[in-house]
Amino acid sequence: MNQPLVEIRTSPHIHSSPTVAQIMRNVTYALMPLVAFAVFQFGISALALIVTVVTATLLTESLFAKLSGRENTIFDSSAAITGLLLALTLPPGFPLWMGAVAGFIAIALGKTLFGGIGFNLFNPALIGRAFVQAAFPVAITTWSPAFAPGRFVEFIPSTLTMPLMRPADLTPWIEKINASAGNAVDAFSGATPLAAWKFDGIATDSMDLLTGMVTGSSGETSALLILLCGGYLVLRKMMNWRIPATVLAGAFITALLLFLFDSEAYPDPLFVLFSGGLMLGAIFMASDMVGSPVTPLGVLIYGLLIGFFTVIIRTFGGLPEGVMYAILLGNALTPLIESVTQPRVYGDKQKKGNSA
Amino acid sequence: MMGLFQSLFTKTFAHGIHPPTSKGQTHQLPIRRMPFSDLITVPLSQHFGAPSKPLVHKGQEVVRGEPIAEADGFMSVPMHAPVTGVVVGVELTPTAKGPKTEAIIIKTHPSASQKVMYGSEYDWQNANAEDLIHEIQNTGMVGLGGAGFPSHVKMQVPEDHQIDTLVINGCECEPYLTTDHRLMLEMTDSLLLGIRIALKICGAKKAIIGIEDNKMDAVAAIRERLDKSDPISVGVVKTKYPQGSEKLLITALLGREVPSGGLPFQVGVVVNNVATLAQLGELIPERQGLIERVVTIAGPGVAKPGNYMVPLGTPLRFALEHAGYFGDASRLVLGGPMMGNTAASLDVPITKPVSGILVLEPTESNSEQQKIYPCIHCSHCLEACPVNLNPSQLGRLAAKREYEVMASQYHLNDCFECGSCSYVCPSNIPLVQYFRIAKSVNRERSS
Ligand code: SF4
Ligand code: SF4
Repeated sequence: MNQPLVEIRTSPHIHSSPTVAQIMRNVTYALMPLVAFAVFQFGISALALIVTVVTATLLTESLFAKLSGRENTIFDSSAAITGLLLALTLPPGFPLWMGAVAGFIAIALGKTLFGGIGFNLFNPALIGRAFVQAAFPVAITTWSPAFAPGRFVEFIPSTLTMPLMRPADLTPWIEKINASAGNAVDAFSGATPLAAWKFDGIATDSMDLLTGMVTGSSGETSALLILLCGGYLVLRKMMNWRIPATVLAGAFITALLLFLFDSEAYPDPLFVLFSGGLMLGAIFMASDMVGSPVTPLGVLIYGLLIGFFTVIIRTFGGLPEGVMYAILLGNALTPLIESVTQPRVYGDKQKKGNSA
Repeated sequence: MMGLFQSLFTKTFAHGIHPPTSKGQTHQLPIRRMPFSDLITVPLSQHFGAPSKPLVHKGQEVVRGEPIAEADGFMSVPMHAPVTGVVVGVELTPTAKGPKTEAIIIKTHPSASQKVMYGSEYDWQNANAEDLIHEIQNTGMVGLGGAGFPSHVKMQVPEDHQIDTLVINGCECEPYLTTDHRLMLEMTDSLLLGIRIALKICGAKKAIIGIEDNKMDAVAAIRERLDKSDPISVGVVKTKYPQGSEKLLITALLGREVPSGGLPFQVGVVVNNVATLAQLGELIPERQGLIERVVTIAGPGVAKPGNYMVPLGTPLRFALEHAGYFGDASRLVLGGPMMGNTAASLDVPITKPVSGILVLEPTESNSEQQKIYPCIHCSHCLEACPVNLNPSQLGRLAAKREYEVMASQYHLNDCFECGSCSYVCPSNIPLVQYFRIAKSVNRERSS
């Protein structure tokens, strides 16, 4: 027998799947139905926006990889996920050039500065979102109607705004649609269900929120679809279900307490759960494991806090939507939460509780 | 439905993992004898503790079973000749772990009968504990489950401690390995005899054999031989890795937690492996020494996988050829795939703690499966760690070389290197390897 090549390795000699690359790939798959629905609902404008943002994140990722001499991580899909998530949180008629800026910032500021995947403290997509929220306050709150006729052949007027230009005012376009549509589309007020509630006290039917027959950001409108896509990842053991579950629980409990306190002034908890970006945020962004704690108790606290802050910001803050800031806050608190929730080690003298 | 019902009530510990058991290749195969190789190498340090001192010299004839090295103090064991032959040297030879150690090399007599001529009858029933412990040391027995800890030391209970339960470890939770399974089926009487000897030594009132629920035939074989009044019973535990870790087995069977850094006797328990006790059951009444052991040879790279009774000191190469090793490039693992070591060469001998030889497919280099990413905080490792550590945090500290913080604040020393965290980590972080390095650096610093 010849001396074969014997490999020297340390134990364990077997490994379970999935690997990070597989997880990332599956998250992109899970986001595809949301992309498809956004395009179905808002037409080519949404498609163009998503393509633009994802291209921006991917280009930024390879640019920084080249600059820093690091291996190009573009194929681990994490930049694509950031781009997709970011695009899905933007209004469908968001000017493309602003979308590109958001994508650039998300990777440049949110990810690369921290040293790449795994080192970022905050969810990069939310960093990008928060940046454009501050930089383009008007554009980011300009909504366009869902299921507008001609959405597959015609861009929303603001979409093709030239870089550094103000986007066109959507009012005339919306009026035209409202007039021509007759009863096909309910008269569109330009407000999302959340804003309608916050500023005008108009409640939207929970069923419409569930199915996505409302307006809002490209990919946030159908709570049901988001739930299904998240469910796929949970089933494949690629997502820690405890995070979305606790975020939603935190939001529900907070909203319920407020509602019980004064059902006139505060929305009903189901409306809270299914409206705005909460579902997308809870399932796809808070659960981005990188910015969340690893300890079991920590996960519980983290999720509940995000849910709680979402409702508090929505209710008492100046903005209709709070989930984004709530998650960033949760990300920021993660190191602290982790340090006080270390698990009790087997055989440790201390009874229960923290041993850190 | 039955399975679900059963699993709800089967005892186990918290966390752990479910790797594919991969036992189908060998668990049906009865133990077969492996022939003697021409040369047998008996390293003087196959156990935890002081190396044995040789009793033979070059050119001396030895008979199978004859003592060829004596224990050097209490924390040591003697060695016996695995074959009848002639000593061709006492010299430095390579071992599986790497560094060369001293070994007695015996050239097998081709025509000798290879009958064990050594030994004498021993009335263990009327012996006292001290005597029995001495006799156990004389057999050269060490933990055959893989630890290699001298058995007589393990059975010696400090005087101020009372033992109420003897736990016998028949979990065999490592994938691929089926030696304990076969032993329980084929050497059942010897096993029970060994347990009765151990009961006598530790003074426990009862003995529980912990067996995973994927070996119900072994459970039945043992239960058949026990009546209700017998102090020995079988405790069925869930098939889960690392159920065979002695502390976790105690927790599963008795609900007791061994203190961090402590030993089982502190909660009134002594644990022994089934292979150890089955062998003792054969050796003690005859006053013989340990000269062979059962080894599972398995994995995709062998044509004749099986359970072999292998003379100790048989070269790995000989054993593998006998089992139909193709000789391709592959990974050779001594022990199980979770905690075993890769063998550095084929020229090392099989020693007392080697429970398995696995020929696994070589890892594809550079594939996506191998790439190491930073920790993505998925918390899989926390959910896997059977002693509830935070491997993610420990790994992040290891990357920064903060080894002392790992020990002082994150219980590094409670890690028993079971490999569960590395097994589940989607980022492929070699966590256990980090922890081994951290421990050895800490040990060096403190000494
Ligand atoms: S190797 Fe150590 S840290 Fe990892 S799971 Fe096992 S005991 Fe826990
Ligand atoms: S399993 Fe790996 S990636 Fe996941 S938390 Fe643990 S160390 Fe990090």
